[in-house]
Amino acid sequence: MATTTSPQDRDIREALGERIRQANAEGTPLRIVGGDTKAFYGRKVQGRRGEQAEALSTREHQGITGYDPVELIVSVRAGTPLTTLEAALAENGQMLPFEPPHFGADATVGGMVASGLSGPRRPWAGAVRDFVLGARVITHGGDEQRFGGEVIKNVAGYDLSRLMVGAQGSLGLLTEVTLKVLPRPSASHGLRLEMTLDEARRRLAEWGRRPLPLSAATWQDGALHLRLEGGPGSVAATRERLGGEDLDAGYWEALREQRLPLFAGEDDRPLWRLSLPQRARLEVDGLDESAMLHDWAGAQRFLRSDLSAATLRAACTAAGGHATCLTPGAAEPFTPLPEALAKYHRRLKAELDPKGIFNPGRLYAEH
Amino acid sequence: MNIHYDARLDGELPSRDKAEVLNRLQQDVPGLTLLHREEDLHPFECDGLAAYRVMPMLVALPETLDQVVALLEGCRELGVPVVTRGAGTGLSGGALPLEQGVLLVMSRFSRILEVDPDARIARVQPGVRNLAISEAAAPFGLYYAPDPSSQIACSIGGNVAENAGGVHCLKYGLTVHNVLRVEIITLAGERMTLGSEALDAPGFDLLALFNGSEGMLGVVTEITVKLLPKPETTKVLMASFDDVGKAGRAVGDIIAAGIIPGGLEMMDNLAIRAAEDFIHAGYPVEAEAILLCELDGVEADVDDDCERVRGVLEAAGATGIQQARDEAERARFWAGRKNAFPAVGRMSPDYYCMDGTIPRRELPRVLEGIRELSEAYGLKVANVFHAGDGNMHPLILFDANREGELEQAEALGGKILELCVEAGGSITGEHGVGREKINQMCAQFGSRELTTFHAVKAAFDPDGLLNPGKNIPTLARCAEFGAMHVHGGELPHPELPRF
Repeated sequence: MATTTSPQDRDIREALGERIRQANAEGTPLRIVGGDTKAFYGRKVQGRRGEQAEALSTREHQGITGYDPVELIVSVRAGTPLTTLEAALAENGQMLPFEPPHFGADATVGGMVASGLSGPRRPWAGAVRDFVLGARVITHGGDEQRFGGEVIKNVAGYDLSRLMVGAQGSLGLLTEVTLKVLPRPSASHGLRLEMTLDEARRRLAEWGRRPLPLSAATWQDGALHLRLEGGPGSVAATRERLGGEDLDAGYWEALREQRLPLFAGEDDRPLWRLSLPQRARLEVDGLDESAMLHDWAGAQRFLRSDLSAATLRAACTAAGGHATCLTPGAAEPFTPLPEALAKYHRRLKAELDPKGIFNPGRLYAEH
Repeated sequence: MNIHYDARLDGELPSRDKAEVLNRLQQDVPGLTLLHREEDLHPFECDGLAAYRVMPMLVALPETLDQVVALLEGCRELGVPVVTRGAGTGLSGGALPLEQGVLLVMSRFSRILEVDPDARIARVQPGVRNLAISEAAAPFGLYYAPDPSSQIACSIGGNVAENAGGVHCLKYGLTVHNVLRVEIITLAGERMTLGSEALDAPGFDLLALFNGSEGMLGVVTEITVKLLPKPETTKVLMASFDDVGKAGRAVGDIIAAGIIPGGLEMMDNLAIRAAEDFIHAGYPVEAEAILLCELDGVEADVDDDCERVRGVLEAAGATGIQQARDEAERARFWAGRKNAFPAVGRMSPDYYCMDGTIPRRELPRVLEGIRELSEAYGLKVANVFHAGDGNMHPLILFDANREGELEQAEALGGKILELCVEAGGSITGEHGVGREKINQMCAQFGSRELTTFHAVKAAFDPDGLLNPGKNIPTLARCAEFGAMHVHGGELPHPELPRF
């Protein structure tokens, strides 16, 4: 397999493994850090006796270890900057279809997988976990283990690579991932159509049942923002049919990176992300749906609100979803799990990290 | 090496008195259908891996969730292993019964609970057939994408257990990419929801973990799947080649041109001849290989892509290219491919279907390796290949009535899988490990990874009663397997004691 090498490439897994072996022997909690761009997403990692947890950086573990565009597969070390990976793919006309947010220039591939966050294309292309084919993980014993594989289809053994996605480093240290990549669409065009939220919902439901070349759909401030992607023929025809005004191409990046006014403005109420069935309606006093930003055709909504976590979560749970607080410092940023599910989370954590050294407390206080 | 359950290698299983278990379960689980007479148990002796048969102690056919909960609780208290089965079409023996175990058959959970065309989801019970979901969605212009060859018979619960694939995986993914939520019951009788109708759920991605876990972590009782709009148009090109290597390179060239076909299939000469003889699909029987390339989507894009693919195929040295002129011809082109297994079955009393994956660039080398192995074992091999995603299905032809030939076929199959692993691939792309590939798991993974897998199992099933012996081999089994496969004087698991 072709490899791209750069002067930054380094393999430090021996050193990482040694540190983990030692930490496991001492029972020292580790705070795994890549580019430290997503620290806001989750709880503070618990150190021993209220101390700061010791940082374990993956930054030096860099390099694209295998990339064969014809195979649609890339393997990359966890500390590699996301920009480096995306540039290598772009050179070959390819991309990470899930459009991961960076939240800073230093974002790493490991952080992308550990946080499991996907961008505007997610409902149509899939999430990070849908493109993870394999992972190397240093487990509590300090050994690097390989799960999944470097082929597109592989169902041998339990799917531990996908289990690592979104686990925020709490089950082991990701050292390398293998991802499926796709060709960039040959045509892309953004549209802005003024309409009410109800009208947008109605049209999105209708369009969803037809093979339209859609790759992003967001409603905010009285307008539906669409991205059409596909072959030049279908994009041009759809653009003609839908009408509306052209949308600045920078909109989608500003949305993905949370730089739109809702995120970056002066409103200092807590910022929430609601993950809901696309068409779910929230009936809560004091909650104005038209003040939210409805991304993912309605399946991901952002808002600023003073409502209590319990109130918001009860409404989201009743609607079949959940709510995450994105403002740093929340006691429980993630929706607490039902008891049976929480029990199996604790047991899985105890089996894979018996001494509790990997990012303890990052997801939930108890694991 | 034998794949029958071997207590010495796979672990001792509790042995309970059948009458006592029957009695207890009849009392504990009101209204549960429990089969116990030998003649009633016979139909459940095997799944799609029919060369292996084991009579289960009892067969349970629950109709309600309460019965499933009570059955699992009862089995846990009695220490009786539980093997869950769907339609029984699996090819890797994932639902092979245990003599000391209860076979939990989910076929009576066969209702489609909801099709919501606006949300593009279907909520179904595990015993619903794969194809029945697409049929129920068809009036709304929607369908369920994963389409294993057995889709007319296989159940969605089994699809989740094996993370089943099909011919459209490169573009549309496997089961794991198309399931939004599952309801499960643990061995301890707890009900849990994994995943969500939203696009993510809090906590670990246990939904991904359960897909492909072969009934070893819990019992799936309800599944919500994603439905897709039917493509506006679908076109198929068939290209013939006078050399398998050229066909393999053409596959890479299509993808390098930035095109992701809905299906991209390859067949070698033996498979072409078998299919043509059976189906009369119009395949060129002199060709060394054919490629079927299906392009789907919006009409304007599909037309453009067809032209580009045609150009790529010509440049790659195709000796003939045909585009299906109408729906009937398209169906005929596919019929040959979809019936390749039974077609090969007509040429030989028995055949054994393998399921390895490889990086596509290794195709010429692996095909050459298979040819050499085929000669060495004196058994013919026909090759059918999901070329787009590197998933090979070599079909080994043999006659089980000839002394020792089944064993030879299995040994050859095992060697082919090891060849796939050496080429950087996997021992299973979509059929699962089950019992069939339990030994080859030792070639794919080291003892550390296997230990981690066992830890995951222990988190959900500390008693080890859910489908014991499947999917993940014990270290003892791998030590024995390793002792038989010494590569260059080095044992794959040198740290283990030898039996």
